[in-house]
Amino acid sequence: MPAKPRLAVVKFASCDGCQLSLLSLEDELLRLAGKIEVAYFLEATSRIEPGPYDVVLVEGSITTADDATRIQQLRRAAKYLITIGACATAGGIQALKNWADSEEYLRAVYARPDYIRTLATSTAIADHVAVDFELRGCPINKHQLLEVLRSLLAGCQPRTPTYSVCVECKRRGSVCVMVAHGTPCLGPVTQAGCGAICPAYDRGCYGCFGPSDQPNLVPLTDHLRSIGMTPEQVVNSLRGFSGYAGEFRRESERLVESIGTIATGVGAAAVEPDVADSSGEWGDGQPGGDPK
Amino acid sequence: MSEHQGQTRSIRVEAMTRVEGEGGLDIRLLDGRIEQVNLNIFEPPRFFEAFLRGRPLEDVPDITARICGICPVAYQMSSVHALEAALGVEISPEIRRLRRLLYCGEWIESHALHVHMLNLPDFLGFDGALEMAQAHPERVERGLQIRKLGNQLLDRLGGRAIHPINVAVGGFYRAPTRGELSEFVKPFEAGLRLAEEATREIATLDFPVFDQAYDLVALVHPDEYPMNEGRIESCDGLSIAADEFPNHFVEQQVPHSTAMQAIRLETGKPYLLGPLARIQLAFERLAPEARRLADEVRFQPPCRNPFYGILARSLELVHAFAEAIDILKTYTPPRPPRIAYAYREAVGGAATEAPRGLLYHGYGIAADGKVTHANIVPPTSQNQGQIEADLRDYLPQVLSLPDREVADACEKLVRCYDPCISCSTHFLRVRIDRG
Ligand code: SF4
Ligand code: SF4
Ligand code: SF4
Repeated sequence: MPAKPRLAVVKFASCDGCQLSLLSLEDELLRLAGKIEVAYFLEATSRIEPGPYDVVLVEGSITTADDATRIQQLRRAAKYLITIGACATAGGIQALKNWADSEEYLRAVYARPDYIRTLATSTAIADHVAVDFELRGCPINKHQLLEVLRSLLAGCQPRTPTYSVCVECKRRGSVCVMVAHGTPCLGPVTQAGCGAICPAYDRGCYGCFGPSDQPNLVPLTDHLRSIGMTPEQVVNSLRGFSGYAGEFRRESERLVESIGTIATGVGAAAVEPDVADSSGEWGDGQPGGDPK
Repeated sequence: MSEHQGQTRSIRVEAMTRVEGEGGLDIRLLDGRIEQVNLNIFEPPRFFEAFLRGRPLEDVPDITARICGICPVAYQMSSVHALEAALGVEISPEIRRLRRLLYCGEWIESHALHVHMLNLPDFLGFDGALEMAQAHPERVERGLQIRKLGNQLLDRLGGRAIHPINVAVGGFYRAPTRGELSEFVKPFEAGLRLAEEATREIATLDFPVFDQAYDLVALVHPDEYPMNEGRIESCDGLSIAADEFPNHFVEQQVPHSTAMQAIRLETGKPYLLGPLARIQLAFERLAPEARRLADEVRFQPPCRNPFYGILARSLELVHAFAEAIDILKTYTPPRPPRIAYAYREAVGGAATEAPRGLLYHGYGIAADGKVTHANIVPPTSQNQGQIEADLRDYLPQVLSLPDREVADACEKLVRCYDPCISCSTHFLRVRIDRG
């Protein structure tokens, strides 16, 4: 990194929440601003400097043809490109349209669909260009963002944990909502980073940080069904803010197929939950496949 | 005169800065006459109203929060109130107060961001807060400290500041203990003093002279400053129940924008929402601290100059601190934290006051608790028509300047409304303009 690296913060389809995390670093912002040159950050400053940039933070997903072009140009101007948040890393909540009829969506929302130009899909930045690092979450955790920027300033490759929310949940000392109350929780298959917020507030994790490293989806979805969720509800819970991320997507699509077989009464046994097995594997809050 | 015949002058702001979300500004003059003034919104559409259909109603507050990272609580509040109206759920007074407290946290966070980091640099002549910090570190530091208090309250009560996880239809997933909230009283009293001090300074800024004949609209409640509930009122005498909103306000789609623009049906004209509207329609309901300060700095509604938005917002910051302190001091955890409900086929609508103004949500739900339709009307798409009308009226004051300076002046005016462009890409009921 040069003495004063140049930073750009760029937005695609998103809510601004992830870039706002940077401005929410109240105690560190001014010191940080002394060490980097903020060359492009529309939300914060009217000063607009052309590239190249040493570090580019990309928020949002690609949903228009113009944006698909813009991300290519941006990649060429970026030495180190970091995607911030579920929109940029997985397509975001707006990726729900990837499973729907996008023409119908247009008609449902706009009286004059012809005024609107949009692609049929919402896709992650990594589907378009090479990404050097990704920060998960909807929104990202601002402390993780700070760590990543500090690592880069120190010339180190940033790292963030890839284990599951369960690990953080136990570290925090929360009661496991799934074991104690039978509340559905995606913590066992969701990547850590938030600090396991939801269980600390008596609710299950809804997976906003996306899949953890090698998540065991099938035992979890089997268990969710064993505690009373319908297959449709399980699909719905996987199709959230990171629903289009690899493992979540594949599992929800597998379940949708199996719902078809249940409906016709064929192969129901194949998706019957094995309660004893699944609860033994992770229902006690032990995340399957995580570094212990 | 004749050599100017047919001469077009175009002034553009390619990408507006220090606003939430992305948009531009297009101004076209023909022979010195204003031909066209467009606030262009090029936020890509995200189709929330479409994909909410079929989702369980419990998902709605979490999903609609993602429309805007700056005011997620507003989306959560309007959605839970609308769904509770549909379900016939009566929340307890304790839950109601806790919701107001959460909303105070968001007003503080959002107003502090706009006042101290986005808008103040315009008055003091800087590109942004980071640049301003070199000359006025104490001002920026103070703004950050004020904002931090709002964020910390949101963190504690909502689980996190951006997209809180603790808001549920019927109440909260978990009510904080008394101890978890009482430790906020002292820092908030200090925050109140900071907000008062900042307001005094802001009142001494140089405000451009520019008065508009606004139709001001806000949620008005007999005893409270506008926030979670009330009737929708305007300064010309409109007074309707909040769920009547769709019968009085319509949105129209315009070609240069992915957002809609709203007008009032009765007048066929745009209207203004936000701090200036609230402070005018509910001045007496401001907390005593804020009212005293308004008198002291000689802020007296009616104020019809949009550049004073920063002062109205500063006074609302003082109000939000005072109200939060009051709730914090008398807090008892609601039991239960969440009121149970049964599904039924129904429709419901509600409005609350987002930091930028009235935010309406309307939903239809099916007997199995799934959403059948969703209507979301964010404040910025409602204000857009008024912003363009104001630009037209403001332009003659600045047209003699070079293009670059005209563009800057217009951008400064637009910033005064604290537009949130990320939010404004939404549908409600649409009247197609075939003109
Ligand atoms: S990931 Fe979530 S918080 Fe971040 S921009 Fe997208 S919707 Fe907003
Ligand atoms: S499954 Fe239990 S331990 Fe894991 S995150 Fe959820 S509540 Fe925590
Ligand atoms: S617990 Fe799960 S849903 Fe909640 S904030 Fe963390 S990752 Fe997101």
